[in-house]
Amino acid sequence: MRTLPPKKSCYEKNRGRSFAIWAILFWIALWQIASMLIGKEMLLASPVSVVLKLWQLLFTGGFWSSIFFTFLRIMSGFFIALGLAMCFAALAARYRPARELLAPLMAVLKSTPVASITILILIWVSSRNLSLFMGIIMVMPVMYLNILTGIENTDKKLLQMADVFEIPPLRRLRYLYIPQVLPYFSSACKISLGLCWKAGVAAEVIGTPTGSIGEKLYQAKIYLETPELFAWTLTIIAVSTLFERVMMLALRGVTRRLEEE
Amino acid sequence: MGIGVRNLTKHFGEKMVFEDFTCFFPAGETTCIMGPSGCGKTTLLMILMGLLPYDGGSISGLQEKRRSAVFQEDRLCDNVSAVTNLRLVNKGLSKEEAAAMLAALGLSDELHKPVRQFSGGMRQRVSILRALAAPYDVLFLDEPFHGLDANTKQLTMRYFQEKIRGKTVICVTHDESEPKLLGGHILRLS
Repeated sequence: MRTLPPKKSCYEKNRGRSFAIWAILFWIALWQIASMLIGKEMLLASPVSVVLKLWQLLFTGGFWSSIFFTFLRIMSGFFIALGLAMCFAALAARYRPARELLAPLMAVLKSTPVASITILILIWVSSRNLSLFMGIIMVMPVMYLNILTGIENTDKKLLQMADVFEIPPLRRLRYLYIPQVLPYFSSACKISLGLCWKAGVAAEVIGTPTGSIGEKLYQAKIYLETPELFAWTLTIIAVSTLFERVMMLALRGVTRRLEEE
Repeated sequence: MGIGVRNLTKHFGEKMVFEDFTCFFPAGETTCIMGPSGCGKTTLLMILMGLLPYDGGSISGLQEKRRSAVFQEDRLCDNVSAVTNLRLVNKGLSKEEAAAMLAALGLSDELHKPVRQFSGGMRQRVSILRALAAPYDVLFLDEPFHGLDANTKQLTMRYFQEKIRGKTVICVTHDESEPKLLGGHILRLS
């Protein structure tokens, strides 16, 4: 019996996309050379001093509590936005007036500058939860538009099949809609995870909530502690990349489960 | 009671496909719709399945009837197994029953692979089995055996014949031998 070679899903295609070691080493070397040529740590900290600074930070309580503070808020914002976007997209796909009503709101949210939103949030709520609201506002339009596109692109012929066989709504959702929306959902997650970290931390730098990563970045800027600034930046990149990986792994798990009986 | 089509009118823009078309499909029997390409065979089937609106006339005998179909394309859920595709249309069908149906058409080795890994012929057999697995009163078929090699077609048709005995079946086909093999009447469209 002939079986075709397995087609790769979009998750599998992206799985092996990591950086080549030589490329990473090249950029670190270039960074080191540039830092040595400039000769002022205050202007461009060298990779060595950044790593040393990061090592020092690792053993301070403030480092971990700041990561926890910002992580908790940005991720809460991300998941709240995810839930809202799913509900809104389902409503918009089902009811045309809902889509028409939401279209201007999403367009405005998508194109409003981070700084304007930050200042508005600071006027409305305390700076403590700034990154949470920033996460919601940044992620929701991206997730909404992608999920809606996924629902709209669901194969019409499969939906006709479901009509003929009178497949109930929950089974349609499980077997027809979710598998078709999942690739859109996955790529939207990838985009918005990076986005909410960038925007969330930027907002914290403006609002400087006590105990946040943004506050630490701001202090590093005030005291011209460039190695610390770089160390915190590396930390943000590491945490956001790690969470993105975890999220993608979870999505791959969901995909595998959907393919099981 | 069979299915009656009276004075059916259907056009796509300027092109008139049916004008005052009348026909009858007897209950419990197989009717094969034949005719040249573009004469409206699939259009008639889509109208009968309730997937295409028509412009005039009436159709009787389909109200409250459960439908099942083999479409021109297989229309399977790619990311799940053949067993799940069969059970999707019939909640009461057990995994073992679905597996037995698939084994009858030579698909016993492929029970748990996602159907996206299947060849065209294998997918077509799953699509036929799905139509037979669903609880139905009327079965609609649009060239159900295309894409099958001679041996598989023979096996599939034999299995199919047994399962549809005494059922109302409407089958679009190009193959002149199929009405005889299925024991059906011919409705020829011009």
